[in-house]
Amino acid sequence: MIINSVFILFIIAPLIPGLVRINRRMSRWVVPLLPLSVFLLFIFHLADIQQGKPGFQTINWIPSLGIQLSFYIDGLGLLFALIISGVGFLVFVYSSGYMKDHPYLGRFYFYMLGFMASMLGIVLSDNLFGLFVFWELTSISSYLLIGFEHEQEKSRWAALQALLITGIGGLAMMAGFILLSQITGTTGIQAITEQSELVRNHSAYIPVLLLILLGAFTKSAQVPFHFWLPGAMVAPTPVSTFLHSATMVKAGIYLLARFSPVMDGTGLWHGILVIVGGITTVSGAVLAWPQRDLKRLLAYSTVSALGALTMLLGLGTPTAVKAAALYLLIHALYKSGLFMSAGILDHKTGTRNITQLRGLRKRLPFTTIGAGLAALSMAGVPPFLGYYGKELMYDTGMVWRGWVWAVIIALVVANAINIVVAILCGFKPFWGRSPKDKQITHRTPVSMWFGPVAAGIVGLWMGLAPIPGIKFIFEPAVNIIKSMKSEIALELFHGFTPILQLSLFTLALGGFLAILTRYRNHVTFFNKLKMTFPSFVFKKTLFGLIDVANVITKHIQNGLLRSYVHIIFLAAFVLIGFRLFSFEIYVPKLFHDVRLHEWALAVLMVVAAVASVLTRYRLAAVFFLGVVGYGVALVYIFFGAPDLAITQVLVETLIIILFSLIIYHLPRFQTFSPPHSRWRDFALALVGGGVMTMLILKALALQFHPSISDYFIQNSLKRGHGRNVVNVILTNFRALNTFGEVIVLSVAAIGVFALLKYTIKDRRTDV
Amino acid sequence: MKSTILHIASHHLMPLLLAVSLFYLFRGHNYPGGGFISGLIGTAGLVFYSLAHGIDDFFKLLRIDPLSLTGLGLLIILAAGLLPVLTGEPFMTGKWLSPSLPVLGKVHIGTPLLFDIGVYITVIGVNLKIILTLSEE
Repeated sequence: MIINSVFILFIIAPLIPGLVRINRRMSRWVVPLLPLSVFLLFIFHLADIQQGKPGFQTINWIPSLGIQLSFYIDGLGLLFALIISGVGFLVFVYSSGYMKDHPYLGRFYFYMLGFMASMLGIVLSDNLFGLFVFWELTSISSYLLIGFEHEQEKSRWAALQALLITGIGGLAMMAGFILLSQITGTTGIQAITEQSELVRNHSAYIPVLLLILLGAFTKSAQVPFHFWLPGAMVAPTPVSTFLHSATMVKAGIYLLARFSPVMDGTGLWHGILVIVGGITTVSGAVLAWPQRDLKRLLAYSTVSALGALTMLLGLGTPTAVKAAALYLLIHALYKSGLFMSAGILDHKTGTRNITQLRGLRKRLPFTTIGAGLAALSMAGVPPFLGYYGKELMYDTGMVWRGWVWAVIIALVVANAINIVVAILCGFKPFWGRSPKDKQITHRTPVSMWFGPVAAGIVGLWMGLAPIPGIKFIFEPAVNIIKSMKSEIALELFHGFTPILQLSLFTLALGGFLAILTRYRNHVTFFNKLKMTFPSFVFKKTLFGLIDVANVITKHIQNGLLRSYVHIIFLAAFVLIGFRLFSFEIYVPKLFHDVRLHEWALAVLMVVAAVASVLTRYRLAAVFFLGVVGYGVALVYIFFGAPDLAITQVLVETLIIILFSLIIYHLPRFQTFSPPHSRWRDFALALVGGGVMTMLILKALALQFHPSISDYFIQNSLKRGHGRNVVNVILTNFRALNTFGEVIVLSVAAIGVFALLKYTIKDRRTDV
Repeated sequence: MKSTILHIASHHLMPLLLAVSLFYLFRGHNYPGGGFISGLIGTAGLVFYSLAHGIDDFFKLLRIDPLSLTGLGLLIILAAGLLPVLTGEPFMTGKWLSPSLPVLGKVHIGTPLLFDIGVYITVIGVNLKIILTLSEE
């Protein structure tokens, strides 16, 4: 049932625009019920998972490739599924208010539901390629949603950028999956997990690891691929909340967590994840600090959080993995709350610039509460869930010495700046002197403040009563990632340990930095730094590619028919010739029983061919070509192919008719081209003729299979009811072939028509 | 370029050539001939007429765009291919009826003949389109 919910969502999603058209008001109530019912389904499943009863369901999709839509639900999948459907519910409620008057509300719901279904598909798939398909579907729905305001060029560019980056990563990931399935001989993720020893010791382990990591890092916006995420903030706020902070960007983290049991434990895995994650968490935080736009501020802090998650998974100790599982949910809760309140601020005041927002607590009381709760959890203040997350994070389960210090310092820096972000987003807009002008006149509807308040309360409640959450959600997830039983113990106060000291120090540092932020000197400093280097490289590469394509196109497709002919012939001759001469050269007994009249015909054709080239008169040239053509027809007759001979004669006749039609339009018959190009053409013609002759001789000499001619001759009358074997072959035995050829003919006719009509029109407009 | 001889000759030759082309079309299954060859013969007849009378007169006679002829021919071929599908056989399987007719005796009529008619019409359409487009210029 749980798994069918994915399909049901996929089926319902396209129907939503119709519902919105029929009854807009009702649809705003009904649509959020979909994620809610999915969420409740998962909640009812908690006990089963906790007792170690995973769900499994398989549908054969492409059996010949071993691709099945098999679904599997375990602790890790459930943690993600709860976040997806839970935050999804809040965001859908929020969207019903936020997008209330948007003309494309139906389309918006459609994309969002489609996204949610694909995201659930990712975390519930047990098949590598099923996962890949859902993965790409989230990229596509993200593209559609980032570019939702498609009239703006900025939106379109941001959407394309996100699609290309995640698309490149997705392709790399697919290559990794293919390798992985070849190593293990299966496409099932559970089955692969059981063979982790084989994978780790395989010679292809490094490429598999790098390819899959590339997929995860692009999706989860790790440095240097992080820049698409702040760009994606042009999307409507519900999209930023749902896709670009709570769920889609976590798909990469999910991938890392899912493949931890398969691939971790090697130095390469730990090294890459810790280093990339560490750099990402610090640079995300550092880049967030100077931002003045609420959503960009939150976006960079999301980058920082994703970096921290990657780093924790890279450390791989049970404690670090617990911290990651906890932080995943914490981040989803507080970040979605802050995003939604940022959207409300934007909606109500028309600005997202934090320097202009202050004192709105009386006008937006519920938003103030929601944002405040979220900010406190983000800052890691006890007893919010965020506090426990930070405790576990600093613990890491490792002794603080050597390079672990670097990890700790990175976490402290990132967390301190996150406190600044929390203060800027959660408190600054609401507190302080109230603005004099009455910008906000109407109340915020319940649908809009419900999300942030609910997210904030859940964050507080799970901190106050952490046991159920740990038992039912986090422990099952951690057990899957570490493939072992472990228990998480959380205490609000466990003595004045170094970890607690570090937490307090972080809070103090954050407060200090927040005060520093009031004197906005560092802003200009960061602006000078312009740490947008990766996006610069991306842009240059993309446009460079287009330029290279233009140059190549200009040279190969230069609009001159003769150079097309040169290129096509040369390519064909070189390839065929290479193939031909890499076999042993076959020297046929050329002249063994040639009859006199055949000799005469051959001489005649050669003379005519030479004459057609040398003649100074156009009609003579046509005549000589005609001689060659009719000569060929005679050859067919000599060798007993009347059908071919008739065709040849008719074609020659039509060519002459055609020629007589255009002869008046042709320029004077004289030598236009310079000698060197004539010699070049001559050489090309000689090579072409030679290669074709060799090819025919070769074809005569080779016999790979017993000839099918006998079959045709024997069965022509019996099964084809015809004595003309050629015709029976054309219309019956090989009819599909003929069909194709006739279609080609028709396309050619359309091509000639278009070509001539366009030139005529052009000429007329020129005159 | 209007020539009286050509004019008169084409009047008589075109129907003759078309008749010949049909003859070649229907005998094609047993003797040299068939859709492609007869299509070329038919084209020759029609083009001959258009050369003698001019394009406008020719279109007055033809009344249908050659491209539509092409499409019609392709549809006939497709129909010939799909007929056996209706009875559950693979696409393009040859299906035959062998009725005994009063004058002709026992004849075999089958989808390959329909197929060949389609080829015939397509070839005429294609060639006419190309030649007429060229000659319009």
